[in-house]
Amino acid sequence: MTTSNLKTPLYDTHLALGARIVPFGGWDMPVQYSGILGEVGAVRTSTGLFDVSHMGRLYISGPLATEFLDWLLTGSVESLRVGRARYSMICNEKGGVIDDTIFYRLAEDRYLLIPNAGNRVTVVAWFQRWVDEKFSTGCEMEDRTDATALLALQGPGAAETMDRLCSEPPSSVRPFAWQENHLQGIPVMLGRTGYTGEDGFEIVADADQAVSLWQTLTENGATPCGLGARDVLRLEAGLPLHGHEIDENTTPIEAGLEKFVRFDKEYVGSDVLSSQHEKGVACKLVGLKTPGRSAPRAEYAILHLGETVGQVTSGSYSPTLDTSIAMGYVDANRAEAGNMLEVDIRGRTAPVEVTPLPFYTRPRR
Amino acid sequence: MSPDDRKYSKEHEWIKMEDATQALAGITVYAQDQLGDIVYVDLPKLGATIKFMEKMGEVESVKAVSDLYSPITGEITEVNDRLLDHPELVNEDPLGEGWMVRVTISDATELDQLMTAEEYESFINGLS
Repeated sequence: MTTSNLKTPLYDTHLALGARIVPFGGWDMPVQYSGILGEVGAVRTSTGLFDVSHMGRLYISGPLATEFLDWLLTGSVESLRVGRARYSMICNEKGGVIDDTIFYRLAEDRYLLIPNAGNRVTVVAWFQRWVDEKFSTGCEMEDRTDATALLALQGPGAAETMDRLCSEPPSSVRPFAWQENHLQGIPVMLGRTGYTGEDGFEIVADADQAVSLWQTLTENGATPCGLGARDVLRLEAGLPLHGHEIDENTTPIEAGLEKFVRFDKEYVGSDVLSSQHEKGVACKLVGLKTPGRSAPRAEYAILHLGETVGQVTSGSYSPTLDTSIAMGYVDANRAEAGNMLEVDIRGRTAPVEVTPLPFYTRPRR
Repeated sequence: MSPDDRKYSKEHEWIKMEDATQALAGITVYAQDQLGDIVYVDLPKLGATIKFMEKMGEVESVKAVSDLYSPITGEITEVNDRLLDHPELVNEDPLGEGWMVRVTISDATELDQLMTAEEYESFINGLS
């Protein structure tokens, strides 16, 4: 493969495991190891391990760091306590989504923010512009993506595995909280976060510890999982993927992400988002379910009585639900759960039912 | 890896003659491996006419959809219905239980345009 794509510290490990490598967001990443269905099953029933080092690690610090992030994120930064994390959108002046991200409050005036792989350069440039324009006296940004690795251990067995390996039991960390810890002596920062709809942890460590961490976790029962399984898992959990459900031309309101948007603060894009919140939007993101295994896929037309009323943004066969699922935008008057629509699957019309998201919620254990 | 009791197409289908006119067809080990876990197979109907190297169906994996091409011209005399509920058979045994259609062929000379096992092996070696 003659590409100039970036490689994570685990690239050779993936090759040795027989992973199939694909380009994703400027990186060469494993899309699958043993097979997507088995990997999805591992995460839903035991424990899966993902290399997500392609995602960014941006550290924002300084006396104006909180004010800076409150100017650029749709969620409240100031109200987030040290030790906690939050999901939020970064919007442009039109309310379009530049990226979605989880950010961790590391200290009173220090944050870690995780942008998507393909958006890291855009986010860094966007942040730098605002540092220079408005916050140059008290805010610094450091991109430590290359110096660190990011692994995600996901599944109902994740907490037990981590408790066995860490100096402090990570099972005491609440969802969307983080702690510093040692995993078999390796210094890590772990957050109880993820992108699969299961319990789990995302683990930041120095890049040169990545291979050792990976080996320890797989030796302790975690199944290596690729981006293929990750995409199915996040779709089942109703989680948006930037470039599909959200992008610079769609807003969090259209995407049904209001609960991650504050309407009581001023920030880039807030006027558009407030106005949409009050007046409503023309199209909305919905879940779609269709019986059978032939899936509606991205860009397929959504129809009502033969007339186009929307477009699919992601779709797949769902092994967990044994049916086909998709997300897509439809005209707002078609968005109510229970509505029956159709999808044009390569010339064949399949019935789809508008379904509340998420498709899958993990059982309470 | 590819047995020499059958012929192979550039689109990664195989065809195996059972007698002078009846043949079985399916996809190769290489094809199912490239596709990954197969979740749905859309095959032609019983009695349908299929044409040499024209689309006759679709194979859908978790990540992708691929067209299925007919390695021969002829009429469908049997469809492997087991694949409807067990598409994983195509992954597990693509050359055996994962067969897709049985055909009465109408022009045996088309087989000369397909690859032998040896030719197919060197063809796929040139792909990766």
